[in-house]
This record gives sequence, structure tokens and C-alpha cells, in this order.
Amino acid sequence: MKIVVCIKQVPDTTEIKINPKTGTLIREGVPSIMNPDDKSGLEVALSLKDKYGASVTVITMGPPQAEAILLEAMAMGADDAILLTDRKFAGADTLATSNALAGALRKMEWDLIIAGRQAIDGDTAQVGPQIAEHLDIPQISYVVDIEKDIHDNTFVIKKQTEEGYQILEANTPLLITVLSSANKPRYMSVNGIVTAVDKKICVLGAANIEVDEEKLGLKGSPTKVHKAFSKGVKSAGEVFEVEPDEAVGIIISRLKEKYII
Amino acid sequence: MNFNLDKKQSLFKQMITEFADKEIKPIAAEIDENERFPTESVEKMAKLGIFGIPVPTQYGGAGGDNVMYSIAVEELSRVCGTTGVIVSAHTSLCVAPILEHGNEEQKNKYLPKLCSGEWLGAFGLTEPNAGTDASAQQTTAVPDGDNYILNGSKIFITNAGYAHVYVILAMTDKSQGVRGITAFIVEEGTPGFSVGKKELKLGIRASATCELIFENCVIPKENLLGKVGGGFSIAMKTLDGGRIGIAAQALGIAQGAIDETIKYTKERKQFGKSISFFQNTQFQMADLYTKVEASRLLVRSAAFKKDSGVSYSCDAAMAKLYASETAMEVTTKAVQFHGGYGYTREYPVERMMRDAKITEIYEGTSEVQRMVIAAKMFK
Repeated sequence: MKIVVCIKQVPDTTEIKINPKTGTLIREGVPSIMNPDDKSGLEVALSLKDKYGASVTVITMGPPQAEAILLEAMAMGADDAILLTDRKFAGADTLATSNALAGALRKMEWDLIIAGRQAIDGDTAQVGPQIAEHLDIPQISYVVDIEKDIHDNTFVIKKQTEEGYQILEANTPLLITVLSSANKPRYMSVNGIVTAVDKKICVLGAANIEVDEEKLGLKGSPTKVHKAFSKGVKSAGEVFEVEPDEAVGIIISRLKEKYII
Repeated sequence: MNFNLDKKQSLFKQMITEFADKEIKPIAAEIDENERFPTESVEKMAKLGIFGIPVPTQYGGAGGDNVMYSIAVEELSRVCGTTGVIVSAHTSLCVAPILEHGNEEQKNKYLPKLCSGEWLGAFGLTEPNAGTDASAQQTTAVPDGDNYILNGSKIFITNAGYAHVYVILAMTDKSQGVRGITAFIVEEGTPGFSVGKKELKLGIRASATCELIFENCVIPKENLLGKVGGGFSIAMKTLDGGRIGIAAQALGIAQGAIDETIKYTKERKQFGKSISFFQNTQFQMADLYTKVEASRLLVRSAAFKKDSGVSYSCDAAMAKLYASETAMEVTTKAVQFHGGYGYTREYPVERMMRDAKITEIYEGTSEVQRMVIAAKMFK
């Protein structure tokens, strides 16, 4: 079984600040990490590799320094890594990103593609599903568990919905997007680290993926950011640790104080 | 000249930092309070390859280096001094002498299981009457056919009772003085070998520190480590390496106290503002952090020299001397910055202060480090 996991390097904070004058992210001093949902996606792939045997390739699109998360992924147990990097990819929205990734994936062999549900910097949850559409393969999003039925080679997949869970069966080729609540990703091992740094990362540019350049980077991005701003800081609020009956009374009296009811 | 960690070292630092924060820090206070050896942490670290970092893969090690090993002990000790010394004693005092002085059979027999963490290692040199004067060994090893018969006792042995493999020093020929000391590999469960009293300690309370007792303990000759009479040299070389581990432990404890104090002084308000704004706080903390960073450079330099295969004995002594005394100073001041709260077990700095003290004592006291350094200067 060949598995490809799509991962992204993101700033390590949900409290990232925005420069109020320029509306851009303040990236200085914020370390970069592997996106948590993607890391759980990688853990799903590595667990399938442990249980059933598989080759696991990780792929990311980003600047050259995104190599760091590819090394981390290989130190966790991925077999090889692909870095899609080119100035022509810069400024990509989700559509242009998924076009580039799908272009690279068309040149590879795979049975299962795994992506994280969404990145903590953009929170769109669009790239994984868009890749599946470009490749014209089935997709199951919001996955929290996956098992392989070794008798008929299908996957049994647990998908989270707003109401609960769905248990689905699917064949390959298939793309799934994984939630970070699916698992606790393993740590890199010491020997994994030592061997990962000696592995060669396959670097691909726009010329290698046969995608119309009009569909890549800023040119291929219909999304335009109108404005970005920080949420106003709210005070911590008051906490009452009381029985429900008493709590109802407190809530009603506060709402009345503010003339809301 | 380059002071940067290489790719594998920085990736390793990223991993061990996260591991220490998520897996070790949450139980540090509890294991200290209950003096409980953290077997669950040992299992977790074993899975990641922490018990064989600087050992070649051919012997089941991770194929890393001593800089990585020192980073491991530093980061673990940043949140828990006990966990740091479990790894340090195992790696520097048991794995290293077998790797550096063992024959192929011994390396193949012991290292894979020690590196995988299936077996934990320990080292026995200190005796009731042989501390800083390690040459005054009273434990004897008498040849008897294909065996040696060991009699005597060792004290203050880290990892005792949890270790499977012990490197033990014993006198094979008293008339030869230090040249009459020989090293042996002793396995747990060997008849005549038992673990005695567990020490109740000021700090590193979750680490197992016990007496070892040898009563007509029969050790096969193939377990002789190095040459007959070569034990003292093995012990001294082993302690040179061990000092990098303890220096890293001290460094980690000091860094942990700095981190806690920055956090606390930012939060603590007196006279209407955070005490971190006061110049007294800032100037003292600047001095302490400078000493911690100087310790780090000494530790990394000693580890780098060991990896480079050049003499590092004096460097390790300087690293241990400076880092341990810095750890004591930083943690004591950290408690002071925390005021009354710092004196309580609600905050980790009192534990750090208790843990720091041992780094000035074991694997050669600060006085011994000064002797080692001066011996090189005035030779």
C-alpha cells in the first residue's frame, strides 16, 4: 500500500498577532510547526504502516524552510518526502495550493492520500477536499479512525459529524482528511532523526508538475483578502461554581441588570 | 568555528523538549513527593531510543552523538532532575564503559538491550570508605577457576534495584594500589549480589539510590571489563564522560529555574506592577542567565570534544564545576524571587533547589573538579 500525506508548516500559535496598520501576520519570533491536524494524518499513515505495511511519503508546498517539517515527518517514520517550492507558487490560496499538490500527486503512485482537516493558520478545510476533486477520487473528511479490512481490502472509516459518527466503508483510491483528535501523534525517535537528516528530500518546482501556471500562486488564486484584524481582547469574565438552579438565577439577574431581558 | 547545533541535533532538541514538557513535567512533582521511581517514563524514553543515544547502530544504539545526549539530559532535567540522572547514570556510567572498554562479545551481549531500554544500567565505585579517594576500594575480587568471587559493598548507587547491568569496581590485588583495581560487569540476579538500603535524600528523590552488597558473588571471567588491574583507569575515564551528563543535568535544572522565575515574576504584582519590571529582578536575572548560557557553552564544548575524539577530561570537569555551582546559585535565587510561595511545594523551584545540590557532589565533588582542572594547569 502506498500512502501520501499532505502536510503544512504553520506558525506555532493560535494567538498570533496581526499588525493593525498593515493587516499582515507578525511572524517574527513565532516558531513554525507541523500543522496539528496534518500531524495526526501522518500518525494515521504511520499506524497503517505499522499494522499492515505501507510506504509513506509526505509532501508539502511551501518555502525552502518548510523542509523542517518534512525532516520531522521522516524522523517520525515517513519513508520519503517531497517539497514543492517555487516562487511561482507564492501567494497561493487554497485553490492554487490544491492545484499544485494535485499536479505533483498525478506524477506519483498512491492508494491512499491523507490530509489534515485544516491548517491552524487559514482554517479553511478546503485543500484536502479540493485535491480529491482535482484528482477525481472519492473523499471522506473529518476522519477520526481508519482500519483496514484485510479480507476484502477495504477501509472501515469513522467520520465525525456534528451529531456523532458515521462508519463508512471505502476502497482505494481514496483521500481522507483527519482531525487532530483522531490520535496522539508519536514523537520522532532518536534513530529516526539520525537517519532522516541523511535522506534526500525530492524538491519539485512549477516546471516539474505540468500544471498551467495560470492556475498557480497568486495568479491562480481567486480569493482576495479584504481585511484581517485581531479580535478585541475581552476580560476574563466572572466564574460561578454553583448548582444549576442557582446558576439560572444568576444568569437571569445579570441579563436583567443589563436590560437584555 | 560554528556554535550552531547541526540539523540532527536541533531536530532532536525539538523532540526532547516537547517530550519533556508533555510527558515528564506533569509527573515531576508527584514522583518527587512520593519518592517514586518513574518506570513509566523509562518505558516512554526507551521507545524513542533515549537510552542509547551516542551508541553506534551496530550495537543497537541510536547512532547519535554526545552533544545530543547532553541535550537529552539537559532538557529532561529542565523539568525533572530525577529523570535526567536516570538517563545520565545509565548512559555515561554503564553503557559508555561497556562501549569503550568492552570486548565484542560483551558489547553484543549487553549494549543492544541497554540501548533499547529493556535493561537499565548502573555503576558501582563509591564505598563507605572510598568516596573522593576512590582508590581506597575495599570490595575484593578473588580469582577462583573460571570465576572471580566478589565480596564487599557499594553505596549511593544510582538506578540500583531497577538496573539489570552494573559496572562494578573491585580490588583484585591490593598490593598494586590503584593498579590492583579491576572492573566487572555484574548482572541483576547473580547469586550473592543484592541491593541493600535505599537512601532517603534531599533531592532527586524519585531516583533510586541504594547500597549494593556482594557476598561470595560469583562472576564469570568473561564478565571482566577491560584488563585485570585496569579498573581504576576505566573508572576515571567513565567519570570524565559522566561529568558531561551531570553538567548537563545541572544546566537543565538551572534553565528550568530561570524559566519558572521569568514566568512567576511576570505574573506576580507588588506595588502595582509585575516584579519583573523591577531593576533588581532584571539585573539579577541577567547575571543568572549569563551564567546559565556560559554553562551551556562549557557543556556543549565538552560533549563536542568527546565526539571529536580529543581529550575532554578537563573540559568535562570545568563544565560540571561551573554548571553545578551555577545551578545551585540560580535555584537558590529562584526560590528568593518566588518569596514565600517559592518555599512551598506548590511551585517547582524548591524542588529544583533541592535537586541542584547533588550536582555539586556526585560524580566528583566541586573540589575534585578543581583538582582535575588544576592538575592539567600545573602539570
